[in-house]
Amino acid sequence: MMSAMGHQSQNGTIGYSFGTPTTAPHKEHSFYPYTDNGGSTLGITGEDFAILAGDTRSVAGYNINSRYSPKVFKIGGEDDTGENAHIILSVVGFAADGHALKERLDAIVKMYKYQHGKPMSVRACAQRLSTILYSKRFFPYYVTAILAGLDEEGKGALYSYDPVGSYEREQCRAAGSAASLIMPFLDNQVSFKNQYIPGSGEGHDLQAKKKELLPMGTVEHLVKDAFTSAVERHIEVGDGLQMMVITKSGIEEKYFPLKQD
Amino acid sequence: MNHFPELWGRPRDDVYGPYNSSYLKSTGPKTHTQSPAVTGTSVVAVKFNGGVAIAADNLASYGSLSRFTDVKRLRVFGESAVVGFSGDVSDMQYIDRLLESIDIRENYSTHGNLLNAKNLHTYLSKVFYKRRSDFNPLWNHILVAGFDGDKKPFLSSADLLGTTYSGPHLATGFGAHLAVPILRRLFPEEKPIEEITKEDAVSALRECLKVLWYRDARSLDKYSIAIITEDGVELNEDQKLEEQSWAFAESIKGYGAQVV
Repeated sequence: MMSAMGHQSQNGTIGYSFGTPTTAPHKEHSFYPYTDNGGSTLGITGEDFAILAGDTRSVAGYNINSRYSPKVFKIGGEDDTGENAHIILSVVGFAADGHALKERLDAIVKMYKYQHGKPMSVRACAQRLSTILYSKRFFPYYVTAILAGLDEEGKGALYSYDPVGSYEREQCRAAGSAASLIMPFLDNQVSFKNQYIPGSGEGHDLQAKKKELLPMGTVEHLVKDAFTSAVERHIEVGDGLQMMVITKSGIEEKYFPLKQD
Repeated sequence: MNHFPELWGRPRDDVYGPYNSSYLKSTGPKTHTQSPAVTGTSVVAVKFNGGVAIAADNLASYGSLSRFTDVKRLRVFGESAVVGFSGDVSDMQYIDRLLESIDIRENYSTHGNLLNAKNLHTYLSKVFYKRRSDFNPLWNHILVAGFDGDKKPFLSSADLLGTTYSGPHLATGFGAHLAVPILRRLFPEEKPIEEITKEDAVSALRECLKVLWYRDARSLDKYSIAIITEDGVELNEDQKLEEQSWAFAESIKGYGAQVV
């Protein structure tokens, strides 16, 4: 059977408009769901401790939103004080995603304890965080995360991530807007890159300085130096330095003021 | 007339041109609010000893048109919380309706703990974050003022992306550029809020609104101000900016930093 439309168009006499939509150009989405809140984070491990630190500035473009907006969180602690937590997480990038990610991981680590009757290991938590990030592979949490704690042997453990969940256990890692300023400093001062034993040989025979884990006092000093230097050269870093030190006796939180300019 | 009754009475293409049914388009991506329409400008707020003061003008603009000049952008929630809205006004009205239904439900609940400003801020920031994640944002930037669970003054911000931050004084929109520097000079962040009196806070807000009225083209000299203390919310919605003077303009040279 022939349709009314077909009949008319075949005759070519009088046309009527029915529900054949004329093609309109696709409208671009003008809403961009991300923003960059700036700031930097840094983690270093030692023999029996791990340190996670981050500046407390939050920015939007050239504006400072807040001078105290923490980026380092306790994970899996009791209620909102975070007491008895044994894992710490830092997130830098898009703060709203960072917050959502932290809340999710915190809930998971808490549920793990209720269901299994024992705290989640840092290794398990690290793998779980990777899975969470990858589960949003095509609409990612726009953050660089660093997870820290103590491993099964009581040694300092540090895991660093990219926004879609690639992760790696490392000795030290800087993330965020000033990562490119801090990381080379860490390579030299923590991993002793380009450091040689004086007089140990000529040219290629020069002996590299032996790798060793640094004591807590030295690490804390390096963290402060890294941030005071980053503040000088990066506009998005400053205001305050929040530091969490995790040892077998728990998590100690510290705060040091940074330049506010 | 033809032999197809379904065509009778329809506009003929040769008379009216083909009907553009593109707006009926059922294919292609789903579209949401891609940009705000009727908007409110800055909201400014300061914490003081024993409370928080918050202010916003009464204008809703449609682009550069001053469309509605009597829009109340400060909304009171419960006993001691105020939300100040900037951005899309229809989204503000939607959120206001949402808050109203929560307030009613909370008042009928038996547990007796009413939501404070901190709870309200957490809730609203999650609404914003959910909507941005659905690519259907509520186009607002809000300030929530009141008290936290420990009865301490609370002031925090949330925006269309779900970003949150707090501070002793905050401002949205143009206020972030014009009001925040004034507030930072008057109340340095290292100064404890216990040293700021209610009167200082309120006069600072009026000063900020005056500067915004001078320099923000989408602002109005009619404004609302809310003072939240333990005794409750004191809301004044029909305030007028006074003692305006362009006398200072004579002394401005160059872009302002120049002295000679």
